[in-house]
Amino acid sequence: MTDQLVKRARRQTNWIGAQTIVVREFSRIVRIWGQTLLPPAVTAGLYFVIFGSLIGGRIGQMGGFGYMQYIAPGLIMMSVITNSYGNVVSSFFGARFGKYIEELLVSPLPDWLIVLGYMAGGLVRGLSVGLIVTVVALFFTHLTVHSVPIICAAVLLTSMVFGLGGFINAVFAKNFDHISWFPTFILTPLTYLGGVFYSIELLPPWARVISHANPILYMVNAFRYGFLGVSDVDVSLAFAIMVLFVVVLFGIAVGLMRTGIGIRE
Amino acid sequence: MRSPVQALSIRNLRKTYGNGVEALTGINLDVPEGEFLALLGPNGAGKTTTIGIVTSLVNKTSGTVEVFGHDLDHDLAGAKSCVGIVPQEVNFNQFETAELILINAAGFYGIRREEARRRAERYLRKLQLWEKRGAIARSLSGGMKRRLMIARALMHEPRLLILDEPTAGVDVEVRRSMQDFLREINEAGVTIILTTHYLEEAEELCRHVAIIDKGRIIENDRMGTVLSKLHLETYVLDLRSPIAVCPDLGEARATLVDARTLEVEVDRGRGLNDIFVRLVAAGIEVSSLRNKVNRLEELFMKLVRNETGSGSSK
Repeated sequence: MTDQLVKRARRQTNWIGAQTIVVREFSRIVRIWGQTLLPPAVTAGLYFVIFGSLIGGRIGQMGGFGYMQYIAPGLIMMSVITNSYGNVVSSFFGARFGKYIEELLVSPLPDWLIVLGYMAGGLVRGLSVGLIVTVVALFFTHLTVHSVPIICAAVLLTSMVFGLGGFINAVFAKNFDHISWFPTFILTPLTYLGGVFYSIELLPPWARVISHANPILYMVNAFRYGFLGVSDVDVSLAFAIMVLFVVVLFGIAVGLMRTGIGIRE
Repeated sequence: MRSPVQALSIRNLRKTYGNGVEALTGINLDVPEGEFLALLGPNGAGKTTTIGIVTSLVNKTSGTVEVFGHDLDHDLAGAKSCVGIVPQEVNFNQFETAELILINAAGFYGIRREEARRRAERYLRKLQLWEKRGAIARSLSGGMKRRLMIARALMHEPRLLILDEPTAGVDVEVRRSMQDFLREINEAGVTIILTTHYLEEAEELCRHVAIIDKGRIIENDRMGTVLSKLHLETYVLDLRSPIAVCPDLGEARATLVDARTLEVEVDRGRGLNDIFVRLVAAGIEVSSLRNKVNRLEELFMKLVRNETGSGSSK
């Protein structure tokens, strides 16, 4: 076979292989919908009832918008973050734990494609849940759209960042405790303090400075800007940070696959 | 004369694990295309490490591995495409159906879904799993899970099939049908490497044998040649009446196991007639006779014992 034919055959193998990983992930998400799709809808509904209807009415306006309208993009983004992360960390760790990651490791698929496949699985769940939470939000508030491309770019990049983060967590995890440690002690506090429920303009100056070190602040604000046209941070900087995170985390994830740390002996 | 195509060529392969354990100390092994090789060795000898390196589940420390000419260091994808692996432990998603496991596995090798479905049906029928195609893998019996792993390994039609103890814990009937199937695919041209603890299985199926111990190959030859190196055979004689003293059987060495059982070690070239003449003369009647162990097992034990002896004398 000539080099060109070999290359074409490899490209086809990679394409079908990537499709297979994504379809398998999608099937998994649908198969266990009670764990993957339903809880975010219930949680988001509760947030809208408590923070939006009950408490939000007393808070008044934020950033020039009603409180419910202001927190809706943040709540959507929060569900995208936790679900993109959660999908990849549980799926990849499950594959390691059940040893069926070996099906992929012995296959001719390159390491970068395996990372990409799992990241795409995170995207599928993150975006599906984001859509569900958006629909729930529409029962409680009116969502304006300032820029569709910014909404799409922000949600895609954020989902990719946390899918890759989940992948790296799953590589290092040695037991099920390790896959819940990072989301509980790092991800959730950073999300809650990342401007989901408030504008950092309300914070004292020192807290505002610290908040700027939180990458989730940039993601939430870029996404909110797409809906409302207001942001606590420079939107261009927010996108630069997201792209940087995607590139760095993807590099780390592929590097881990290549060296086999936590995956190969 | 043109040298035969090597399905697997291993040179100076070494593996030292992170904890300092030296699993392979520089092994060399050639497996020609179409071969049926038994890779034998005691637990911890380095069989699974060797297989792990060939299938890229284990990173080697040094040395080279080529699968049908594809070097693992330079053309990993090419090498992987040629290999199918049936591992020792179950390693599929136990929450998926048998059919889906096969279709997904084919997808990882770039096989389209329609073709994957056709192949899944073929191998599920061949391995008597078709009725279980929709069953969640977790609900399958141990034997079925092993057959499912064989089917999965064949989905991309590999030229080299490696089976790491595929018949462990499987009942005799299933083991027989698996052996027949392996013989059939080997006759169809697939090169097979088999590790097993059932040495009679290796003797029956394989044409070539490599014995590995303490990370190095201590025997590597045709099955017939290897077995011919074994000079002694041990027979167990069941006696019709009890005896108190072990009889003198000349050149053969006799051991009285109990009053009705005699073990006789015989040089393979000498035959059994002389022994029976002496037994008749001593008034001992034999009711039945059998081999103590199979020949390969005897040789295997001898080689490994020798290795242990030479190791301890260093």
